[in-house]
Amino acid sequence: MAKPLLEMKGIKKSFNGVSVLKDVDFQVNRREVVALMGGNGAGKSTLMKILNGVYQADEGEIFLDGEKVEIRNVLDAGKHGIGMIYQEFSLISTLTVAENIFLAHEPRKRNMLLDNRACVEKAKKILDGLGIEIDPRKKVEELSVGYRQIVEIAKALSKNVKILVMDEPTSALTEHETETLFEIVRNLLKMDISVIFISHRMKEIYQICDRITVLRDGKIVISDEASKIPMDHIVSYIVGSAMDKKFEWIPRSYSMEATPALEVRNLTYRERVRDVSFSLYPSEILGIAGLMGSGRTETLLSVFGLLKPDAGVILVNGQECRIQAPEDAMKQGIALIPESRRVQGLVMDHSVKENVLITVLDKIRKYGFLKDRQGEAIVEEQIRNLDIKTDHMKKNVCLLSGGNQQKVVISKWLANKSTILMLDEPTAGVDIGAKTEIIYRMRELADQGCAVIFVSSELNELLAVSDRILVLKDGRKIQEIMRKDIEGEEVLQRAIQGYE
Amino acid sequence: MRYRAMNKKEILRVVREYTIYIAFLLVVIFFAITLRGKGFFTAANALNIIRQTAALTIMGVGLTFVISTGGIDLSIGSTVGLSSLIAAIILREGGNILLAFLGGAGIGLMVGACNGFLYAKLKMPAFISTLAVSGIVYGIGLLPTQSSPVPIADTLFNNIFGSGNIGPVPILLIWMAAAVVLGHLMLRHMKYGRQVLAVGGNEISAKYSGINTEKIKFLVMLFCGLMAGIAGCLYAGRMHTGRCTFGEGAETQVITGVVLGGTIMSGGKGSIIGTLIGSLMIGMISNGLVIMGLNVAQQKIVQGIILLLAIAFGIEQEREA
Repeated sequence: MAKPLLEMKGIKKSFNGVSVLKDVDFQVNRREVVALMGGNGAGKSTLMKILNGVYQADEGEIFLDGEKVEIRNVLDAGKHGIGMIYQEFSLISTLTVAENIFLAHEPRKRNMLLDNRACVEKAKKILDGLGIEIDPRKKVEELSVGYRQIVEIAKALSKNVKILVMDEPTSALTEHETETLFEIVRNLLKMDISVIFISHRMKEIYQICDRITVLRDGKIVISDEASKIPMDHIVSYIVGSAMDKKFEWIPRSYSMEATPALEVRNLTYRERVRDVSFSLYPSEILGIAGLMGSGRTETLLSVFGLLKPDAGVILVNGQECRIQAPEDAMKQGIALIPESRRVQGLVMDHSVKENVLITVLDKIRKYGFLKDRQGEAIVEEQIRNLDIKTDHMKKNVCLLSGGNQQKVVISKWLANKSTILMLDEPTAGVDIGAKTEIIYRMRELADQGCAVIFVSSELNELLAVSDRILVLKDGRKIQEIMRKDIEGEEVLQRAIQGYE
Repeated sequence: MRYRAMNKKEILRVVREYTIYIAFLLVVIFFAITLRGKGFFTAANALNIIRQTAALTIMGVGLTFVISTGGIDLSIGSTVGLSSLIAAIILREGGNILLAFLGGAGIGLMVGACNGFLYAKLKMPAFISTLAVSGIVYGIGLLPTQSSPVPIADTLFNNIFGSGNIGPVPILLIWMAAAVVLGHLMLRHMKYGRQVLAVGGNEISAKYSGINTEKIKFLVMLFCGLMAGIAGCLYAGRMHTGRCTFGEGAETQVITGVVLGGTIMSGGKGSIIGTLIGSLMIGMISNGLVIMGLNVAQQKIVQGIILLLAIAFGIEQEREA
């Protein structure tokens, strides 16, 4: 057999002492589409970031065409013909397609001025090669998401790419656009380019990929030809046989006869949330599962008044209420612990104290003045209850660890005595210790009477605390299952994929 | 124990927090030595500096709020001019003192509301929108008088808003102290100030925390306009004149004072006490340079350099954080 195009050997990587990749061997052959699969935190993105020069491996070697290469940064990766298409697009929307394709390596005339005509012509040639008709003079902002992705691919091609990494490329695409994308991928193979395809969508993977590699807990668990791995075996490879004993489900009791703390009827937001209805009872933990782009976050944002839904009714404790801004939601006792703590949850340059108190200013006010001592007492209580590790409450949150930062976001909403808590991926990017604490804390809060919505991609966590789980797909609620009726992670994984 | 737990970065930050006070002292010492015997280091000159700086400090209090949200107001200079002119015209036409003051302050509120609308509602970059508003306001000031001064004969007005004293204390010092105390309480000890800093620190997070960010951004501009309007009345009182060119170029000095005081241009961090010290320092430097015999051109150059240094220092501080 010929030498593989890419070989990553014995790759090891750890962050802050937590080992993320443990001795990974990964290969890509010529003219091949390899699917890289795995649950959240399995190490897929870390491995790809090492390939692309964003991170450096602690140990291990990378060979291209049998030759050992050093990839120290993204520029190096580009020189070796490795291109990556990120989930968030890196195009500049106010520039044209051609300008974007040749950004930072524009064709020049002999007099060193930019050769705009050559730029457009070359762009056209690349796009033609992909079998796509886009006017290279069009501004990127005028293109749909699907076409933007194609421009991304063209941009990679303009740099003589040999291996193209696509990170969940279909998550934002329509079915038709996905078809087009696959057509392009097949064209890439003809151009002698190999593709690494990261995705959670089983069907698509079997449609386009030659080989499947599955990572779990930083190790490769299987790597074989797609035709040799039955589709239903994949799930068990991803999930693993040993259930995580740390997060054990404890059945809880609460009444589904009571008036729901929160009821959502026929919520619709553009194409992202379609006619979603559900009830949430006091003392209940309602899990929401779904792939990226399934409308989980948008549902929460609509309830919290950050998105203006096109249709739908929201009832709190049986009373219909109009929520047009987060302020209104707060008055109803609703809290949102958002997806991104850095961007949405915290003011990173402010102290723990300032961050926690921002939601309770009304409660510590007398004659217009803030009672500092009363405020500090509240913060102290939160630090104690959630066991936030900080030297003192005046420490800036940017100096805390991820897990502790997340606890600050949560405490900011506990401090104002919210009764309906919506947590969007609260355990993302925190260490296992903090994860466990956050999970147990959720259970405690529900026991105290709070109604909790828990959105997560971590199925074992969802299964550990949820009493009931909603499954969303493409903006619709496709299933609503009582936790006790779910046998295990595989069942849920299947539900998310949309199998019966 | 607490101090041992602080790392190098934090110690550095504490040192930086007090830098402005240290710098202030150094400037005093520098001038006291170099201008020995020339009347710099006297009580009379100190009061003089305060009189010259009071209006700038009051404008600085307003601007601190705007900059704390990450915005800027470049129209304060021309607002001061128009406000002084309106107050003078009202007095000339037989209006009473209260009416003249309300007229001047009201102009400030109107300009502030306009800036606030553009900044908060239309989401225009404040740098450009307030520059445009500044031009419009200045033009309006030119309309009635073509930049010629309107003298104020009302000595009571001139005393209350400018040259008067209460005992040994110049009235301008009282105006300035009132603005500083009000601003400090608002920024540090009231809900509003916390929300201003949150908006400047991270607008998205502020919104996710239930803060009406549009309202906050509107209000900072409104308040800044009001302060500029009041400062206009003080200019009128001190000069015994209303003139649309008063306050021309004052923005540079005010911004320098605010930034020297530790308020960061990108928002999220602001201090009114800092603004007071920063403004006094600017006033003192101008005063010292005049006594040294520097002309206006040379003074402008020095002021520009100080502003750049202050901003550079602020950016450095942000990187540390």
